[in-house]
Amino acid sequence: MEYFIQQLINGITLGGMYALIALGYTMVYGVIQLINFAHGEFFAAGGYVGAIALGYFSGLGYMETHPVICLTASFAMAMAYCAYLAVGVEKIAYKPLRKESRLAALLSALGMSIFLSNGLMLTQGVYDAVYPSELFQGRFDFGMVTISYLQIMIISLTACLLVGLNLLVFKTKVGMAMRATAQDKTMSALVAIGSNRIISLTFAIGAGLACAAGIMYGLYYGSVRYDMGFVPGIKAFAAAVLGGIGNITGAMIGGLIIGMVEIFGAGYLSSEYKDVFAFIILIAVLYFKPNGIMGENIDDTRV
Amino acid sequence: MSTQPILELKNVYSGYGSIKALKGISLKVMPGEIVAIIGANGAGKSTTLMTICGIVPVEKGEILYQGKVINKVLPEKLPVMGLCQVPEGRRIFPRLTVMENLRLGAFYRDDTSQIMKDIQHSYEMFPILGERKSQKGGTLSGGEQQMLAIARALMTKPKVLLLDEPSLGLAPIIVQQIFDIISQINKEEGTTILLVEQNANLALHAASRGYVVETGEITLEDEASSLLSNPKIREAYLGE
Repeated sequence: MEYFIQQLINGITLGGMYALIALGYTMVYGVIQLINFAHGEFFAAGGYVGAIALGYFSGLGYMETHPVICLTASFAMAMAYCAYLAVGVEKIAYKPLRKESRLAALLSALGMSIFLSNGLMLTQGVYDAVYPSELFQGRFDFGMVTISYLQIMIISLTACLLVGLNLLVFKTKVGMAMRATAQDKTMSALVAIGSNRIISLTFAIGAGLACAAGIMYGLYYGSVRYDMGFVPGIKAFAAAVLGGIGNITGAMIGGLIIGMVEIFGAGYLSSEYKDVFAFIILIAVLYFKPNGIMGENIDDTRV
Repeated sequence: MSTQPILELKNVYSGYGSIKALKGISLKVMPGEIVAIIGANGAGKSTTLMTICGIVPVEKGEILYQGKVINKVLPEKLPVMGLCQVPEGRRIFPRLTVMENLRLGAFYRDDTSQIMKDIQHSYEMFPILGERKSQKGGTLSGGEQQMLAIARALMTKPKVLLLDEPSLGLAPIIVQQIFDIISQINKEEGTTILLVEQNANLALHAASRGYVVETGEITLEDEASSLLSNPKIREAYLGE
């Protein structure tokens, strides 16, 4: 039982990260019907900017004295960087192709993914970038179950971001405009909503969330690599499909399920196959329920 | 000032790709007028409105609004200038509520308290929308959607309202209701209206002047009453 609870906590931690990444896929798909295969690279870029920023603060010795400020500043800088990066990627790689077939933009996304990943390798090197380890050293022990301060931080920050996103999309005027753009771009223009701005905003928000997940990943596993965006990116894509692509609540639930399945699969079946479980789910969903668990029939929480 | 048209098309050509839907359309709308464009299916009526709104690009000619050329103005800027369209098929945002649809009509506006008053005013104008304010737009009937589409357009505070086939697919009693509202908007708010209709009889009774469009060209323009008594029009568009 303790083992189960322990795995549950680990699963929520990992699943939350997948959920944050999956949201970017699903929101972009909702607004422009594109699977942005370069999305995982924003996760990786976030991991790197986080490593650089936190490493810098750590070198100055601020991490010991002002951990919260350092962490907040690092998250803010990295998320802003990734948001701008994503807006740039959209303008360069997708916008010129918006009137072409969807396949053209999809191929452009694959190209962008390779470009960004290699760019990261060329500028940051092929070796792991290490995260400073002095943050969140403590842990709570409940018998056999432990939950580290870091896990608490990751889970609570993830929860805040997910709630914040929900409020933004479903309770604000700009969120309303985002949903309207997803539903009918011509009509949106006829009521003065500029779709280009909304599309940029969607990319920026999606990348910001993936970036936050990237920093959490770095903090959790201790290091980041230039190619770290690929596998979590594909798993988060599986999560978005599982939840019903285009559906925000679906992406959140899908991410948690994929994270849980991976952790429980590794814990109870085989840790060597941990990467396989997400893809088994992806294939099963595409085979049995291609619209996903919150798919087309449940419209309420679509973008 | 009132002798200057609020909206004018000068020899406008436009189309989708290689298909030329408009081949030199010229028309004038005076402030406060209701003008009807009638014509058969595919004659270019809807394209005319979509071209005015910047959705279909102008290839040649000029569109003037309040004396300014608006050919290159982005479509999303036009409602801010007071030019708004209720498109064919109403295009309600299906997964947004009635209230949200109305709120988005006022997207560019910042006067929150006035917006709330205007939404209340919409509910007074169309009580059914008030009853259904929390319902998704996609669940409304055709007539209710048409009312919502008009109410949403009014939220942009238009000076010129372009209406595309407001009678399409609606029961006669609803059509009458919609046209009463259109006349009311014109009389009470002084909103200029450019109306596109296949139902020529209805349109020409509501309008003061009319244009007849055939295959992308204006073939006739006249007072609405003269068009109604014109034998050619009676034969071609009024089913006699």
